[in-house]
Parts: sequence; C-alpha cells; structure tokens
Amino acid sequence: MNLSKHLLLIGLVAGLVYGVQAAPQSFDFKDPKGVNNAVFQLDAPLESINGSANGISGTVSFDPENPSAVSGKIIVTTASLTVPNPMQNTHLHGPNWLDATQFPQISFEAKSLANAKTKDNVTTGDLTGTFTLKGVSKDITVPVKLTYLKDKLSARVPNLNGDLLVIRANFSINREDFNIQPGQYEDKVSTTINLSLAIAGASPKP
Amino acid sequence: MKRALQILALVVLLATAATWLAMGANRGWTKTSVAVKTLDPVTEIEGITYQQKFLPGVDFLGAGAGLAVALAGSSLFFRKRTNSK
Repeated sequence: MNLSKHLLLIGLVAGLVYGVQAAPQSFDFKDPKGVNNAVFQLDAPLESINGSANGISGTVSFDPENPSAVSGKIIVTTASLTVPNPMQNTHLHGPNWLDATQFPQISFEAKSLANAKTKDNVTTGDLTGTFTLKGVSKDITVPVKLTYLKDKLSARVPNLNGDLLVIRANFSINREDFNIQPGQYEDKVSTTINLSLAIAGASPKP
Repeated sequence: MKRALQILALVVLLATAATWLAMGANRGWTKTSVAVKTLDPVTEIEGITYQQKFLPGVDFLGAGAGLAVALAGSSLFFRKRTNSK
C-alpha cells in the first residue's frame, strides 16, 4: 500500500468518525429514576392550585454540533397530573376539566429553535412547536434551556454509557385556548396556567 | 341532655381547632399527600414525589365548626331540667 492509499484510508476513517459524531443524537425522556417532572401553578383571586406531573416520555433529536436543529416530541400522561387535595385531583382528571380518559396525553412537538445561543454545553433559545392539550393543538413559542451533558449517563444510571440532555422551560398557557371550561370559575381557577418543565433524556452508547 | 350536647359541641370545636393548629394550620384545602422534593445531583433537576400524609385544611376546620354548631343547635330541642318540688 503506497502513501496516497494510506492517506485516503485515514481520510475515510476520519470522515466516518466525524460523520458519526456530528450526527444528531436521539434522547429518550422516559426517565428510569422518575425525576423528570412538569410543575403547574394556577393563581386565581380566591384560590391557588399547585401540582406536578411525572408521567413523562418522548424522544428529542439533538446535535451538539448544531443545537438549533433540535426536534422531537415530549409527552405527559394526563393521569399523572397530581394535586395534593383528593377532591381537586378527581375534578382535574374528570370530564369537565382535563378529561384524562378521552385525552390521555398532553404533548409538545418541537419544530424549530430560534435565537439559539450556545455557551459551553448550554444552549438557550425560543423553541416553537405544537402544544396539544385536551385535543386542541396550538403553535406556541417557549424559551428553553438545553444542557448537554456528555458522557454523564453512567453517573446517573450505572453500567450504561452515553450522554444526557437536560431541557428546562418556563412558560404560560391560557386554559380557555384549550377548551378547558372557558369563561367558567375564573375566580377559583386561573385562566393562566404557569408551566415549568425540567426533564432529562438519555442517549445510550454501546 | 341539653347540657351534654352543649359540652360535646364545645369539645368538637376545640378538638377540631387544636388538630388543625397542631398539624400546621394549613390555610388551603385539606391534603392527603404532600410533595417531597429531591435533587438529582447529575442533572440538578428537582424531582417531586408525593408522600401520603393527612394535612387538615380550612374545609376540615369548617366541617368541625359546622358539626359543633349542629350539636349546639340540636340542644335547643331539649328542655332545661327543672327541679319541681
């Protein structure tokens, strides 16, 4: 094998390795530790309602070399939404409010990330996507913070190598936009729902 | 009987108030579970789990006061014992 063939081979291997590394990674957000959660808060003049949901799943495609090309879908199981008062919990899942039987999932499907700024392993930006709640889908834009934790999966799940992606987002929606008792009980159940999402996804490597 | 109902109403009222105060004087609705937060050291995500715990709220206080009023009110249907000679 002469020198030119050697160089060609090295170039091919380097290109292949670079190509593999630069490819978007798929992160699974079904958290085996059950830490992923979405917090919701409603502040009405007469009543404040606070709760959380931990039935989170979905996959996100993220390329550390090109963070703005993020895409994917995060799903929250409606039945996993929990408030500490048992009667409120029953009402929350019931047909008059979220109707967890007919609409078992709440989802956000990411389409594009604008104003992306990356510093070290943290990317911030405005993520636009389709938010679906109680069967109603609306395009919304939410500020997000994506933290890429390279080779940190084993620190969280022993015997499993790979990377982690942490997504944090704080945003508000109007329940009337999603046909949740529009114009009703506004003194007790705020029309504005403040949502706070903190989730980690894993991308295992062989 | 009248006096016994009045005393019982007072006991119910005081016991309800004492329980509510002793268990944290929660000014919201009664809770049957409380959120427990844990920090994941790797991702720094604050995980939330719910622990079964009874935490009486203002509805508990109202129900106790209502029961006391009902007991005191029912005592009005009984006549005061009079000693006739």
